[in-house]
Amino acid sequence: MHRYLLTVGRFWSASIAAEAEYRANFFLALFTGLMTLGGSVLSLHLFYGAGHELGGWPWYQALAVMGVYTFLSGIQQTLLQPNRARVTEYVREGKLDFILLKPMDSQFWLSTHRISIWGLPDVVIGVLLTGYAIRQMPEAPGAWAAVGALVGVASAVCILYALGFILSAITVWVVKLDNATMALNALLEAGRYPIPAYAPAYRILFTFVLPVAFMTTVPVQVLYGQAWWAWLGGSLAYAIGVLAFSRWLWNRALGSYSSASS
Amino acid sequence: MDGFSENIDPSRPTPDGLPEPGSSPPVGPAAWLRDRLRRTRVMTGVFYALMVEYRIEILLWAVATALPLIMLGLWSEAAASGKFVLGPLDTMRYFIAVFVVRQFTVAWVLYDFEYHVVSGKLTPFLLAPCDPTWRFFLIHIGEQGCRLPFVAALVGFAMLIYPEALRGTEARPGVWAPGWGRFALAVLAVFLAFAMRFFMQYALAMLAFWVERVSALEPVSFVPYVFLSGMVFPVTQLQAQYGDWAYELVLLTPFPWMAWFPASLLVPGVEVPIVRGFATQLVWIGVFLVLQRFLWHRGLRKYSAMGA
Repeated sequence: MHRYLLTVGRFWSASIAAEAEYRANFFLALFTGLMTLGGSVLSLHLFYGAGHELGGWPWYQALAVMGVYTFLSGIQQTLLQPNRARVTEYVREGKLDFILLKPMDSQFWLSTHRISIWGLPDVVIGVLLTGYAIRQMPEAPGAWAAVGALVGVASAVCILYALGFILSAITVWVVKLDNATMALNALLEAGRYPIPAYAPAYRILFTFVLPVAFMTTVPVQVLYGQAWWAWLGGSLAYAIGVLAFSRWLWNRALGSYSSASS
Repeated sequence: MDGFSENIDPSRPTPDGLPEPGSSPPVGPAAWLRDRLRRTRVMTGVFYALMVEYRIEILLWAVATALPLIMLGLWSEAAASGKFVLGPLDTMRYFIAVFVVRQFTVAWVLYDFEYHVVSGKLTPFLLAPCDPTWRFFLIHIGEQGCRLPFVAALVGFAMLIYPEALRGTEARPGVWAPGWGRFALAVLAVFLAFAMRFFMQYALAMLAFWVERVSALEPVSFVPYVFLSGMVFPVTQLQAQYGDWAYELVLLTPFPWMAWFPASLLVPGVEVPIVRGFATQLVWIGVFLVLQRFLWHRGLRKYSAMGA
């Protein structure tokens, strides 16, 4: 365990050192993050300004959903995306062979090898926006609601990671799948707004087919004490299930991986 | 998009198309035009064939650009309240139309160009007897051809969820038909919108001569494009809510003319500034084109200085 933590530390410091070469990117990332925030809040305000409450949710609660979405998108850009993008490359170029030879779990190696600091502005903006929305609540959330919301966000991160890694594992069979990641991210964008605001067919799609509702809507509802503990349980169960599936699929994939040279 | 560039050399003569190298140049304006048209047709055909190879990628890509269909699910519920500029029926049709427009205005020339500059693969194109712009432009057109069946399928899917969009509501019965004149104008507007988006990105791509990761700059134009083009909300809603100043301010940017304008043409009964729309589109294409040519000529000197 200690060895793994030490290795992650090394991976990340090396990644940060490599990325620091492109310092101007920080301002670009911050600028892009703020523009996205402005655009999202404007789109939300167009609904509420005309007197339509999304799914019957008050303004600040919808804003909290947007905050959680921004946070998750930042985590995705910082921790998940940079690693995911590499797996395809390793498979295509045969570098996966070298990784399998390392005295370390290959899924762990592939999932933690890189970190991109350019997602951090989004993480910070997301936390600030959510914090601001929570402060505007009529009464502060109870301790249990806060814990439940944090658990919900944590399981959302696990779901995001596992879905991405499942796509990575599939690349072992089909090699090129960059656009599948893009398609998944585009559909998850629905989580920017509370899921109850969507038309019925969309609500079914974004809850049971794609777990968008578990990502942003459920944690915020738990925080607002809307008695959705069953949903939180569902979110946890989904997270554990999909993590286990990603593990199983990776082992299957390695079983049929025949190296680049053979 | 790096794979798209493999094994393709648009300057290579093909049996039924381009003239043999060294053959006498066409004489007279009519022959010149015929020659250019034939080149365009052949290159588009070649690129279409090339893109068919990537059809699964293109299907996933069509899903990746389906944001207007997601917004449709949100706005159709909102419009039912009757508090918005577009009524329920117009809202459904508008967002389906925006989706279609979006599909035919996707540009990725920046990534392609960045790859060609950074890897030095731009060099062979400089020797070809045709400006590389044509190659980049026509490969997009070829890709749009491949996209056609997927767009039809996704529109069909949206119509299954919203059958009213096609056949009309009880309050406003009637099949969705913008009329031939308006439809023809919409097709032209979609093409010009694509040219706007393409040349906007192409001008930005020229910075690849100076910076190593020009793709990092893309969000600077992409994020305002997403929010102000009408993909996330109809631009006219701004006028109703914040007044004329907000609406006019957004119309001064190039973005609403890339999606909101052509999509509104496809929705019968929605008022659009037609003359202003086409004029603005042409002006912006001109601006981006001049900018691109300027940066291209300066950048090319820099590129050859790298020893290419």
